[in-house]
Formats: sequence, C-alpha cells, structure tokens
Amino acid sequence: MKKRHSLQDLRGTTSFFASFMAIVVGLLFGLLILLVSNREQAFPAFLTILVGGFADGTKGIGQELYYAIPIIMTGLSVGFAFKTGLFNIGASGQFTCGAFAAIYIGIKCAFLPAGIHWLVALLGAMAAGAIWGMGPGILKAFANVNEVITSIMMNYIGIYLVNMTIVKTIYDPLKNQTKPVASSAIIPKAGLDKLFNSNNLNIGIIIAVLMVIVIYILLHKTTFGYELKSCGQNKAASKYAGINEKKTIVLSMMIAGGLAGLGGGLLYLSGSGKYLQVLDVLAPEGFSGISVALLGMSHPIGILFAGLFIAHITVGGFNIQLYSFVPEVIDMIIAAIIYCGAFALLFKNLINKNKKHVVDDKVVNKEETNVKEEV
Amino acid sequence: MDTVYFIAQQTMYFAIPLLIVALGGMFSERSGIINIALEGIMVMGAFISISFINIFQDSMSGQQLLILAVLVAGLTGGLFSLLHAFASIKLKADQTISGTALNLFAPAFAIFVARMVQGVQQIQFKDTFHISKVPFLGDIPLIGPILFQNSYITTYIGIGIAIMSWVIINHTRFGLRLRACGEHPQAADSVGINVYKIRYAGVIISGVLAGIGGLVFVVPTSTNFNASVAGYGFLALAVLIFGQWRTKRIFIAAFFFGIMKTFAAAYSGIPFLKDLPISNEVYKMIPYIATLVVLTFSSKNSQAPRAEGIPYDKGSR
Repeated sequence: MKKRHSLQDLRGTTSFFASFMAIVVGLLFGLLILLVSNREQAFPAFLTILVGGFADGTKGIGQELYYAIPIIMTGLSVGFAFKTGLFNIGASGQFTCGAFAAIYIGIKCAFLPAGIHWLVALLGAMAAGAIWGMGPGILKAFANVNEVITSIMMNYIGIYLVNMTIVKTIYDPLKNQTKPVASSAIIPKAGLDKLFNSNNLNIGIIIAVLMVIVIYILLHKTTFGYELKSCGQNKAASKYAGINEKKTIVLSMMIAGGLAGLGGGLLYLSGSGKYLQVLDVLAPEGFSGISVALLGMSHPIGILFAGLFIAHITVGGFNIQLYSFVPEVIDMIIAAIIYCGAFALLFKNLINKNKKHVVDDKVVNKEETNVKEEV
Repeated sequence: MDTVYFIAQQTMYFAIPLLIVALGGMFSERSGIINIALEGIMVMGAFISISFINIFQDSMSGQQLLILAVLVAGLTGGLFSLLHAFASIKLKADQTISGTALNLFAPAFAIFVARMVQGVQQIQFKDTFHISKVPFLGDIPLIGPILFQNSYITTYIGIGIAIMSWVIINHTRFGLRLRACGEHPQAADSVGINVYKIRYAGVIISGVLAGIGGLVFVVPTSTNFNASVAGYGFLALAVLIFGQWRTKRIFIAAFFFGIMKTFAAAYSGIPFLKDLPISNEVYKMIPYIATLVVLTFSSKNSQAPRAEGIPYDKGSR
C-alpha cells in the first residue's frame, strides 16, 4: 500500500514538472516573438506579461479572478469529459445556452425573493448547459455518433437558437443585446468587491472553487467517478465489469454541459456590465476551456491553477498594449504551451528512464532469459 | 430556372472548400492520424496566400495571381501541418492536443502579424478572379450556367483534386499503403512499409489541401480576410465523418452541406423561400440540424480507420 502511494506521488510530481517545462518553453517562445517584432520593447513587454494583474495590486488580482471564473468552469467541463474519454468541444454552445437561461430567468422571474433569485438563475444556467450537453451524449451512447462532430453542430445550433430567442423575448434593439437583468439576479459580492477593489468580482469565484472541489470528490472518491474513469480507459472492459456505459456517457456529457452552462451564468450575472450580444460568433470561453483543461492535465485542481494562470497572462496581454504590442501574443504563448504539453509523454519518459533504469534492466534480463528458454 | 442556376452557382462557393478540406482530412485520417487542426491550417493557408495576393496584386491580376496564390496556400498548409505531424508521429503525442494547439495558434498569429505590420487585422484584396462566363463551355445549355458561369477557377481545381484523390487513394500503390497504415500499421510494417513515412505523407497532403481550402473559402465569399474561416475546418471534419472517410461519399456530403448552407446564406434571393414566414436564424440552423440527423442514422456502422488516433510504436505488440 505504502509503495503504491509513493509511486503515485512520483507520477504527480513528474506531471507537474512536465507542465512546468511546457509553460517555460511556451513563455520563451512568446519572448522570441516579441523580440522578432520589436527588439527594444520586447523585454519590458515580456515582464509585463509575467507580472500580469499583479501590476495593479489588489484591483488587478480581482480582475484576474473575474477572468478566471468562466474559463475555470469551461475547463472543468472539458476536463471532466476527457476523463470519460469524451472530447467536449461543445463547451462553447453549452456556455452560451447557460448564459441565456441565466439572463432569461434574471429578467423574467423578478418576482422571486432577492436571496433566491440569482441562485435559481444559476441553477437554470446549469440545467440549460446540461440539456445542451445531453444531446451529443445521447447520440454518442445510442447511435455511435462521434461526439466531436455533434458538439460542433450543437455549438452552432445553440448560438442561432439563443440569438433567435433573445430577439423574440428579451431583446434591446438599440444595443443589439439582451436587456439588463433584475438587480436581485446579480450574484452577491459579499465584500469581495471591497476586498479586491474591483466591481466585477463576486462570490462567483467561490462557487467556481467549490465546483472544482465537488468534481474532485466526484471523480476520485465515489463509485460513480470510478465508473466514469473506467469507461474512459476501456469501454469494453467496463461493460464487461457490469458498468452501464451508455448511461455513464450520457451523464458525463450532462455534467460537463452543466459545468459549462454554470460558467455562462456566472459570467453574465456578475453585474460587470457584460451583456449577451446577438452576434453569430461562438463564445470564445468554450475554446479557452480546452486550453485550460489540457494545461491542467484534466485534473480538477490542475484546472483551477491552469485557469488562474491563463487569466494572469491574459491580463498581462492587455497591459502590453502600452508597448504597442497586440494582445494576441498571449494566444500564441498558450498555443505553444499546449503544443509542448503534448510532449508531456516525452518529458515523463525522460524523467522516468533515469529513475527506473535499474528496475528496467532487471526486467529486461529476466525477459531475455525467458525468451531463450522458449527457443 | 434562373433560381436553380443561382442556387447551383452559390452552392459551389460553399461546397468546394468543404470538399477540398474534407479530402485533406481523409488523407490524414486514413493514414491513422486524426487531424483536428484543419481549421487552423485553413486559417494559416488563407492568411499567407491572401497576404501574397495583397502584396502582388498591383503587378499581377486575374487567374495567374490566383493560381500562384493557391500554390502559396498549399505550401503554407503543408509546412504548418508538419508541426502536427512531428508531434503526433515522431513524438507520439496525443493527436487532439497538438491539433488544438495549431487551431489556437493560427488565428492569433494571423491577427498578430497583420496588426503589427499594417495596423488593422483585416487584409484587403481586389477580386479580379471572378469568371462571369467560360468561353464556349458557358454556352452549353443547362450545364453551362450551372458549372461555367459566375464561377472561380478554384471550383475546377477543387473538382480536379477530388478526382485525383479518388484515383490516388483507391488505385495507386501509395493509396493502398496509406490505407494499410490506417487500418493495421503493424501488418503494413511487417511487409516492409515505412509507417512513419506514409503517415508523414498523409498529414502533409492534408495540410496542403487544407491550406488551399482556406484560400478557396475566402476568395469567392469576401474581399478581405479577417483571421477566420468561420468554422469551416470543423465543418469539413463533419463532412469527412458524414462521408464515412470515402472519396465519393465525401463528395456527396460536401455538396449536401453546401446546398443547405446556400439556402441559409442566400434564401432572400430565392423567391419561394423568401415568402415563407420563417426566421432568418432557422435557415442558419438547418445545415447543422440536417447534418446531425443524417449522422444519427448513418453512424451505427462507422467505417472509421481502425488505427486512427493511435500513435504507431514499432516496438509494441
């Protein structure tokens, strides 16, 4: 038992180390791009990226947390589906549906008491996201349709459906966006706004962290989580072991959808002056979620930190405009980090090779003698 | 009859890029490598080739410039896809991850470079490529207006690529080897085929075609490039799966989707659709809903390449 534990620790540290290496390489790549485009300003700009929101003190940190909330949620969504062997590229559509449901309840159900209204709206967001995630889940489980394709289709159907419904129900034609939600639907700030001196921050960040913990417990401490993961590892074996793999797939996509939907609710009910606009553009938060999940190695705690890290350098990206750089350099850095993260296996093997060398040699020798005997 | 011609001509603009990119995806996937990076490669191909048009449009114009741009787009796509090939073949990385990285990188790169060089992210170009009527061929009744009027030379390039792909994948030694590597790489290796080389070839061909597809998508539908191909790379993936990884079916699937997309984009120009009391958004949804429905009924017996997505390791058994 003790031995197994130490092995797991080793695996944890090597994954962390691999992620860390990827981040370092990605940042160096960013520095290179800055150097190529403008040599004089490159180093101050690079420092600005590294410092991120910390440059503006508590206010900057508040801003980072505000950016981190939705991408942690979509990251959790994508990462959770990864654990079940599903690639939820549809977090974007689920996010939008969740956002719409939250805003709709926020406007139309103003009769609800103040303390409950926002909570109901968030639950509505979760439900809408879950329904949107359920579609690809059902199609995957019962008709064997590739979930990547169905999720992509659902993204587009979702955005057009939401646009259509907004125009018919809660439309502000002057600004081409939704009407503002009732003040009782805004997520309470609980003093966080004063603590961080940022009007955008509210207990959404606490909810996000809570969801991280819930998903961690669900995946690692429950039978259901074990079934989910085993379906991801080997569907046939799980079925043989008596796990209802169809139900597992549908539930996994629903939970993933619910998480992304909640992310949409958390962002658009934050009272930061952000409105859902009627544009034919997929929500970028859904795609950032893929980056967050990959960087966090699909582990809930990893996703939390990955979300915070990406929010951190995103704020840095805004600030480098002072040096007349374009913030898209951040996306290139993230892309480079993920690309290097794809080599994680290589990094891990390199590390493990050195550590396991002695053991491996013994095994190899044994195998060789076996082969000789067989011959 | 004019309406039919109008729909047919419009369909070409939407279907041809999907066809080219989906065929690209086919080469990669049937060699065993999932290429989710098609979207990013399209953006990259379109970006570099439209920039090429933007730079040289004062000294050249018309079909000569467009054909050169197609070559540039193909070259760019092929080079960019090498990143994906290197990660997924040489380093045996997760193919979805490196594909996602490429998708993220390409639009950011296009916006960054465009804004650093010219201040705005849109790259303008003059459309000197439109062919209002091909001599002689355009006068043939029925076929003339459908295929040879209001067209772009890229349409014929696309159809040429489709025919060539069909021949290559089904009737050449290379095609047979490529398919073998996607179905059972160990068996292919045992008869002396270099699986790594074939897979590199598959991914590079997909990159070349996706790069061309990016340009082909932008030229007929716009006069500037705004660092996006509107999700066409992902739609091409859908067409690929819809077409069950087979050339002929991909051809049908691309045109099915193209027609649906045409109804969505141009329904106001089609008299009987314009009069229906249906919201604009419903038309936009139709292509996607139709694809979902068709996939639901056609996916039970999926013919995906067996070894797709699994890195080939010579030592494994």
